[in-house]
Amino acid sequence: MRAMFGLIRKDLALARRNAGDTLAAVAFFLLACGLFPFGVGPDPNVLARIAPGVVWVAALLAALLPLDRLLGADYDDGTLDQLLVSGLHPAAIAAAKAATHWLATALPLLLAAPAGAIMLNLPIGAIPALVAALALGMGVLSLLGTAGAALTLGARRGGVLLPLLVLPLAIPALIFGAAAVEAATLGLPVRPHLAMLAAMLAAALPLAPLAAGAALRSAAE
Amino acid sequence: MFEAQELAGERGGRIVFAAVSFVLAPGGALLLTGPNGAGKTSLLRVLAGLGQVADGALLWDGRPALEDRIAHASRLALVGHQDALKPALTVAETLGHEARIIGGDAGAALAALELEGLADHPVRILSAGQRRRVALARLVLGAARPLWLLDEPTVALDVAGVATLGRVLAGHRARGGMVVASSHLALPLDDATELRLAA
Repeated sequence: MRAMFGLIRKDLALARRNAGDTLAAVAFFLLACGLFPFGVGPDPNVLARIAPGVVWVAALLAALLPLDRLLGADYDDGTLDQLLVSGLHPAAIAAAKAATHWLATALPLLLAAPAGAIMLNLPIGAIPALVAALALGMGVLSLLGTAGAALTLGARRGGVLLPLLVLPLAIPALIFGAAAVEAATLGLPVRPHLAMLAAMLAAALPLAPLAAGAALRSAAE
Repeated sequence: MFEAQELAGERGGRIVFAAVSFVLAPGGALLLTGPNGAGKTSLLRVLAGLGQVADGALLWDGRPALEDRIAHASRLALVGHQDALKPALTVAETLGHEARIIGGDAGAALAALELEGLADHPVRILSAGQRRRVALARLVLGAARPLWLLDEPTVALDVAGVATLGRVLAGHRARGGMVVASSHLALPLDDATELRLAA
């Protein structure tokens, strides 16, 4: 457990040193949200209607950006071999990477989400529900994304394969996440949707690192 | 006691070495030689539990070594042909993070490889030989691990660096540690058993 936190600490230090990656994801997210009013027109009612889905999709896509380097950099420079002989269980390595992705990419996106939502005229009252839903949904995406990144290690054009693998699996989180925000705008209870997201997170939490760990081991062979 | 019996390894579905047998006692050293492509790196990866075993057995104290890969990983330290360093971190940060992951004392590792003067330098600006020293400092962090696996450890090292590595290896063997190293260059390993792999 100590070694796993050591790994998270190292990767967060690296993420802080290479802060451009995080900034790129946040800038991509804000830009994607900002493009929609140009595309669909400035009608505030239309924007407010599509805001929950747009913010969610933009956040999902932005969170995918750093995924292929999350493990790819370690695979290329030999760090992955060192981690596999460190005595850490491969699933623990994967769990640490997922935690790093959540902290270094998902968390900044959560902080930027209110800004994106306001650009799309989402009612202020729905923003707490949006952030809560994104916090859970991004956890699911971090875990699925780590598994996807581990599976595509060493594959040619793995960066292209990765979204094709991960995005379909993220659809349930998108449905319930956007529904939670929509329920908040309509004054309906949000909690059932958040509970569904939490259930997905609870399922992915043990399963995704195990799958990713097995993929890491076979990538090293 | 670390023992290979008629070991064969494959990479990409092709057998790269076969019928490798050796016995390594505490304090012993094994030097892998052979032409390019003879399978030295693949053999080291198999010994580290990273490669694919095609045939034969690998024993640790008479028990199958790879039965529990986590336990096997915890008793070895590996320096591959890649340095596995992050350009953005300084030398001291690198070893500090490594020490939290694999254990050991970062200060002792810095001192053992004579890296104190470079402690605050980012890895990005180091020369190839200096990077190699940082990679080799991992061995000192893993000093408590009995089995050291080295792939061409002296590449890019200067004469003083080779002498330093010699002292570190001798100290490890004096404590009862084992060393398996591959090299085309003369290694500072006294009375090592040579294992020649054919192409």
